[in-house]
Amino acid sequence: MNTISLAPLERWLRGTAVFRSIVRHGASETNRNRSLIVFENLFLHVHPVKVREKTLRFSHTYWLGGVTLACAVLLVATGVPLMFYYHPSVPQAYRDMKELQYVVDNGVFLRNLHRWAAHLMVFTAFLHMLRVFYHGAFRPPRQFNWVIGVVLLIVTLLLSYTGYLLPWDQLAFWGVSVGTNMAREAPVIGEKIRFLLLGGNMVSENALLRFYVLHCVVLPVGLLVFLAVHFWRIRKDGGVQGPSDDAAGSIDEAGS
Amino acid sequence: MSTLPPLTAVESNDPVGTPRRIALVRPDTRPSVRRTEERYVMTFPHLILREVILFQVVVILLSLAALVFNAPLEEMANPVETPNPAKAPWYFLGLQELLHYFPPVVAGVLLPGLVVVALVVIPYARVNLTAGPFWEGKGRGTSLTVAGIAAALFLFLAAFRCWAIAIPTLLVTAALFAARGTQGPGFRGALSRLSLPQWIMTWFVVVATVLTVIGTFFRGPGWSWVWPWLSVTHP
Repeated sequence: MNTISLAPLERWLRGTAVFRSIVRHGASETNRNRSLIVFENLFLHVHPVKVREKTLRFSHTYWLGGVTLACAVLLVATGVPLMFYYHPSVPQAYRDMKELQYVVDNGVFLRNLHRWAAHLMVFTAFLHMLRVFYHGAFRPPRQFNWVIGVVLLIVTLLLSYTGYLLPWDQLAFWGVSVGTNMAREAPVIGEKIRFLLLGGNMVSENALLRFYVLHCVVLPVGLLVFLAVHFWRIRKDGGVQGPSDDAAGSIDEAGS
Repeated sequence: MSTLPPLTAVESNDPVGTPRRIALVRPDTRPSVRRTEERYVMTFPHLILREVILFQVVVILLSLAALVFNAPLEEMANPVETPNPAKAPWYFLGLQELLHYFPPVVAGVLLPGLVVVALVVIPYARVNLTAGPFWEGKGRGTSLTVAGIAAALFLFLAAFRCWAIAIPTLLVTAALFAARGTQGPGFRGALSRLSLPQWIMTWFVVVATVLTVIGTFFRGPGWSWVWPWLSVTHP
C-alpha cells in the first residue's frame, strides 16, 4: 500500500506551460494521444500512425534495415568525438591514433566501436539487400526504392573505404593503394579518376585530406539525403513488405 | 420538423482495433490496400518500442565487441615498404581475388560495373516480376539447356584456372537439379520454389562469398594459396 507513485509528479509536469509548449499532446493513454505522439514528432512521423501487425514479426524483415540504421547512428555518434582528436595530415594522423590509444580517455573504445559498427553496417546492408530481393520487395511500387537502396549500399561502401585510409597505418595505406590501382584500369578515364580521387599520382597527404573530407562531410550528407528518401518512400509504398503474399509467404499466412 | 440525431465522436482505445473504411480500389493500386483483413496496431508503442530495443541491442553488442576486440593498427604508413600480400578491406577482397584470374580491366572495372548495373535494373526486368518456380511446367528440354549452360560456364572458367568460381557454379547447378520435381516443406521444397532470377542471385551470392573468404583467409605472400591454420601471417 505504501508504494511511491510518480503519477502526481507526471501530472504536474504535463500541466506546466513549458512542457505544454514542447509536447502538445497528453499521456499515451488514449489512441488519439498515441497517434499524436507519432505525427506531431518530426522524426517519428516517417511512420504511419498504425502499422500492419504482421510487419512486427522478426521473420518479416529480420530488422536488417533497422540494424543498418542503428549502425549508421552509432557511427555518427562515435565519429564526431573521433574528429575532435584527429588531424588529416601526415604524420599527425597516425600520431593521433597513438594518442587515442595512450592519452585520450576511452580513446581505444571509441575507435573500436566506430570500426566494428562500420563493418557491421556494410555486412547488414548486404544482408538487407538480399532479404529484400528474396522477398520480391523490389516489385512495383517499390522499384525506385530498390535503386535508392543500391545507391545507399555504394555510399556505405565508399564511407567505409574512405574511413579505411584515415588511421594512416600500413594497413590503411596499402589497402587504399590496392583499391585505387583498380580504378586506374578503367579505360580512358581511369587515370584521371584516380588522380582526382587521390589529388596526385599516389596515396599521399593530399589523398588523406580528400578522403577525410569525403568521409566526414560529403558522403555522410549524401547518406542522409538518400536515407530520407528511402524511408519516406517505404511509407508511401505501404510499409515494409516482407515475404510476398502470393509466393512462399502464403504458408506463413495460413499459419497465422 | 424532424430533428437530426446529435453528432457524437467515438474514441476507441482498443490498441489493435481498426475503424471500418470504404475505399474504391483499382486493380493496379498499391499492394498495401489490396489486403482487407489485416490487423493493424498503433505505431506507438508497438513499433517505436521495438525500434528502441533494437537500437539498444545493437549498441550493447557492439560495445561488448569494442571492449573485447581491438581495431587493428599497424606501423605508420610507409610508401617504400610494401607488405606482402597487400590486401584491400574485406568487402573488396572478392574483387581482389578476381584479379588473380582475369585481366585487371575485366576484374577491376567490367565485372563490378556489370554487378552494379545488374542490381539497378532488377526491378525493371519483367522476368524478375513474373517468374514462378523455376521447374514449374518445364520439360526435358529445360534440363538439357541448364546442363549445357552450366557445362559451358564451367569449361570457360576452367580455361582460366578459375576454380574459385567454377566449383561453386557446379554446386549451385547440382542444387538446381536437386530441387527438380520436389515440393512441400523443408530445404529442398524451399529450393524448388526459387525462380530463375532467385537462382541467379543465389549463384552470385555463393560465388561472391567463396571469393571473399578465399581472398580474406587463404591468400598469402604473392597471392599464393595458404591454409589459414598453418600459416603465420604476423611474425
